[in-house]
Amino acid sequence: MNKDTKISIKNLTKVFYSRHRQVTALHDISLSVKDGEFVCLVGPSGCGKTTLLRILAQLELPSAGEFTIRASDSNKPLQSMIFQEHGIIPWMTVRENVAFGLKMRKAPPKQIKERVDEYIEKVGLAPFANLYPKSLSGGMKQRVCIARAFANDPEILLMDEPFAALDEQNKFLLQEELLNIWEETKKTVLFITHSIDEALMLSDRVVLLSAHPGQVADMIHIDLPRPRNMEMIRSNPKTAEWFVRIWTHLQYEVQKSRKETEGKGRVR
Amino acid sequence: MKDPMEMEKNEWRREERRRRQQQWLTISSPILLLAVWELLSRTSIMNPLFFPPPSSIVSTFWQLLVSGVLPTHIGVSLTRIFLGFLAGTIPGIVIGLLIGMYRPLRAFMSPLIMALMPIPTLALMPLIMIVFGIGELSKVITIAGSVFFPVVLNTAAGVHNIDSAYVDVAKNYGAGAKDFFLRIAFPGALPVMMEGIQMGQAIALLTIVAAEMVNANEGIGYLIWSSYKIFNLKPMYVGLILISFFGYLFSILLRWLQRKLVPWM
Repeated sequence: MNKDTKISIKNLTKVFYSRHRQVTALHDISLSVKDGEFVCLVGPSGCGKTTLLRILAQLELPSAGEFTIRASDSNKPLQSMIFQEHGIIPWMTVRENVAFGLKMRKAPPKQIKERVDEYIEKVGLAPFANLYPKSLSGGMKQRVCIARAFANDPEILLMDEPFAALDEQNKFLLQEELLNIWEETKKTVLFITHSIDEALMLSDRVVLLSAHPGQVADMIHIDLPRPRNMEMIRSNPKTAEWFVRIWTHLQYEVQKSRKETEGKGRVR
Repeated sequence: MKDPMEMEKNEWRREERRRRQQQWLTISSPILLLAVWELLSRTSIMNPLFFPPPSSIVSTFWQLLVSGVLPTHIGVSLTRIFLGFLAGTIPGIVIGLLIGMYRPLRAFMSPLIMALMPIPTLALMPLIMIVFGIGELSKVITIAGSVFFPVVLNTAAGVHNIDSAYVDVAKNYGAGAKDFFLRIAFPGALPVMMEGIQMGQAIALLTIVAAEMVNANEGIGYLIWSSYKIFNLKPMYVGLILISFFGYLFSILLRWLQRKLVPWM
């Protein structure tokens, strides 16, 4: 393994098996991510991107192949996940939610308090620290999830379309906040999205996946300077070209999957 | 042109008036019932032997209260309900949580629970008396038995219905078995569990009265049944009013407890 490789995925395959259905969700995926790199996984639905993330999050086991996350410090957890929705636990206050990971790994109380305060402050939720999630908006809830993941100080962060359910304005705000925190901490991030703009805005590299079975189809290095903002993304001719490249890929995938279902003479 | 503020003010006044009228209607129905009852009973249109006038029931209530008869019956029944309620609720919660969390245990236990649940605990009273004797214990067990089922089923359903996303969060952030139980399974199941406890409370009251009618020398159920047997129906009505009162009181107490325990809903 290369010295600055943080995540190394080798020939990973995942098959879902039941009596009536055998689906190869991921087929022979190999990928390595550098330390501190922000990688976006983009692909059509059914390309297994969530499955890949859940395997790295140790919520599922791979059917074949392996992955390694290089640990820099044995006290740190390997990974923390930021979920799409419902990631915030309703019976815990904002503060308890943010402290959850640290508490679970029995961090010293003083450290818990410091880190929780720090990240609640960073995501702008200090006035709401003692409230239950029911009184928070969707954007605020996702801020709690971001704070919880960063406060846990993992080796890598896994994000599964964390902003998909938010409205456009909130999405931009949270993307910028995420980038700010990320630039301070320089964590390695694997981020799933189906929004091309989001991928261009956030990532150092976009990995395009294809479906049925899920495979790596293409990779694009997004070598735009940071800090970035939406105006830059929209006005840069290079990003326009990337946009079209990703767009074409997604279109092709959608057409392909439509033909597949038509070929089988059924619509699912 | 009309003043818009004035218009809305009038509309608001009309709305207020309607609300007050409804409040009066709510109060008026029991008062009306009692008045009609009193009248029909006093004029002997209704047989006062079967339907004594409410005013005489109130005076019977007072006599029984000051003579200390009523406090004894109430004390005995409440003690039985309280002990039986605890003896049914606590195992119900523990077993419900375990069934909800461990699928093999669920598979093992569910036929037993499903088979026993439809049997009214009152139908098991003979059996309970054979095993636990005819004393206080058998009454407490009878109540416990009828409280247990709604609590165990609701608790298990409560755990089972916890959004799998929270389970994922707990796993991903490294929660062990103990933390999962205390921080996810128990609080997550609490709202549904509380509904089961509410149901259990209603059933407990039902059961104690019936149980005391069959086999007791004291208690509100005994008061009702014994006054029927000697055809002195006023104390029976006193018993009925007490049951209605305690049913209401318990459900208010449990609702208050629910607000304290589940502040996040």
